Amino acid sequence: MSFEGIPSIGVDAVETNRPGENGETDRVVDVVDLTFGYAAAPVVEDVSFGVDRGEYVGVIGPNGSGKSTLLRLALGLHDPDAGSCRLLGHPSLAFAERERVGYVAQDVTENTKRMPITVAEVVLMGRFPHAGFGRVTESDRERVREALRTVGMERLADRKITALSGGQRQRAYIARALAGEAELLVLDEPTVGVDAESVDAFFELLSDLNDEGMTILLVEHDIGAVLEHASRVICLNREVYFDGSPTAFAESDALDRAYGTNLGGRKGDSDGGKGDIDGRNGGDGR
Amino acid sequence: MTAPLIGDAVRAPYDLLAWLIGLWSDALAAVGDALGIGMLDYVFMHHALLVGGLIAVMAPLVGTFLVHRQMALIGDALAHTAFAGVAVGLFVNSLLGTGISPYVTAVVVAMLAALAIELISEVTDAYNDVSMAIVLSTGFALGAVLISLNTGGLAVGINQYLFGNLATVSRENAALLVVLFLVVSIVVTITYKQLLYVTFDETAARVAGLNVSWYNRLMTTLTAMVVVGAMQIMGVILVAAMLVVPVAAAAQVARGFREALLASVVLAEIAVIVGITLSYRYEATAGGTIVLVAVAVYVGMVLAGKLQSRRDVVEESEAVTGGMDAAAGGSAED
Repeated sequence: MSFEGIPSIGVDAVETNRPGENGETDRVVDVVDLTFGYAAAPVVEDVSFGVDRGEYVGVIGPNGSGKSTLLRLALGLHDPDAGSCRLLGHPSLAFAERERVGYVAQDVTENTKRMPITVAEVVLMGRFPHAGFGRVTESDRERVREALRTVGMERLADRKITALSGGQRQRAYIARALAGEAELLVLDEPTVGVDAESVDAFFELLSDLNDEGMTILLVEHDIGAVLEHASRVICLNREVYFDGSPTAFAESDALDRAYGTNLGGRKGDSDGGKGDIDGRNGGDGR
Repeated sequence: MTAPLIGDAVRAPYDLLAWLIGLWSDALAAVGDALGIGMLDYVFMHHALLVGGLIAVMAPLVGTFLVHRQMALIGDALAHTAFAGVAVGLFVNSLLGTGISPYVTAVVVAMLAALAIELISEVTDAYNDVSMAIVLSTGFALGAVLISLNTGGLAVGINQYLFGNLATVSRENAALLVVLFLVVSIVVTITYKQLLYVTFDETAARVAGLNVSWYNRLMTTLTAMVVVGAMQIMGVILVAAMLVVPVAAAAQVARGFREALLASVVLAEIAVIVGITLSYRYEATAGGTIVLVAVAVYVGMVLAGKLQSRRDVVEESEAVTGGMDAAAGGSAED
């Protein structure tokens, strides 16, 4: 309920590795043998992967493959049926230092409400967990201006958020995470409804942030963009079909297997095409 | 009537409130004398203006969050359950011969209904208009049945709850409203940031560690308080309009959220003061007159909003075409 009593972590903490301290390791996201389903049938099954500090990980997979659910599990928004999820060294569900994670939701062009609110007000929300029930201070506002400068939006600060294009809106949400001094940026299909030109600029922004030490976990339907920008690819369709570098992914047949299963029989025939499942990590380390 | 029944514990604060309301009354009477405003000769008008002015602050304060969460209907549902609360109060009074203010029972019943609506929405995972309609009808039906069970005089007095009445705002009722006003404005001030976050982006608010369902419950409970407070002069049937219409009007012209909040309070004050004045002059029902003025303000704001967005488009094209053209565009716009 309250954010009080949570120590503020400076930007420099992003670059500093502090293994052991507060029981923390370099592992920002740690998912082990995770199984979860909204109903009886699991949406993700036996999934394990980790994201280390400073990595840029892209999760791809066909529609309904459990990508977004996996993100929500990693963030602690669902209770896993089996396995465990850890966020910055703590169990995701009980994770309290929420301001260290920045989240950009799916399809902001559709989901942004038609309500009067300015870009600056949206970005200021990133400071809310720090302020708790206290007042927003001048230093909070300075952080907001800084974040808007980083994403190149300072001139649009007083615009209504609904008056922005999809790409500009995404930048505003990134700025919100930056203003909150997030160490991990989690994005769920951020380019849906964004025009092609803005998509390129958007991925460039993510790469720049990653170069400066931001850990990025991204779910994306645009496979080409992930292969081009991410440092690691996870291919998911209920289970992990591939986890490795983009070059190794391009050389493997994981894409066909993951997407083929889904096309072969959306329901009921989910075993088809998984005969070579044991070789699913074959592309790794090539 | 409220204070003696609840007991001596609230005696002193009540006396203080009554004294303050008396001061307000004297001040308005003096203003009325000085400016020759006949309306201000009456104590009940002083109370009505006080209550109306406070409602015009707290209704948009809560309504802004409701409207932008697409929960505008909840005000209506709670108003009808508050009506059931009034009926419960009247029923208990006639049965046991007690003197509980029906507004106190209305607050209690409406807040219980608010929590019930929240529970329903948490279990069914949505604010659906069906469950809201069920709560609304149940409240009204319960009120109607309880009142019909009472014989004689009670049914006569029920009109004042259905349609509101300026003349019956007593000092006790005004004091209750001051308390509700203080609670609502203090709570909204403290939780403004959290309510805004939950309103704008529920998922991100959850990721940020906010207990969303707790804030939803808080929101509906505050709504119940506003509804009961405003019921005295607006009446059950029109009370929800104060939560919605000024907010919708402000949303037409405001850019920012804080701006929208302030604008909706200003517009609501205009509607209340103009509405009360007109209803006094022409002896029309206050609730209806206030709502009609508010709707007129809304229509005006829609037109102003259209003009404003046209100007924004011009500005934007100026920004694109650059300095020289911008100067020409600016003069053309004038």
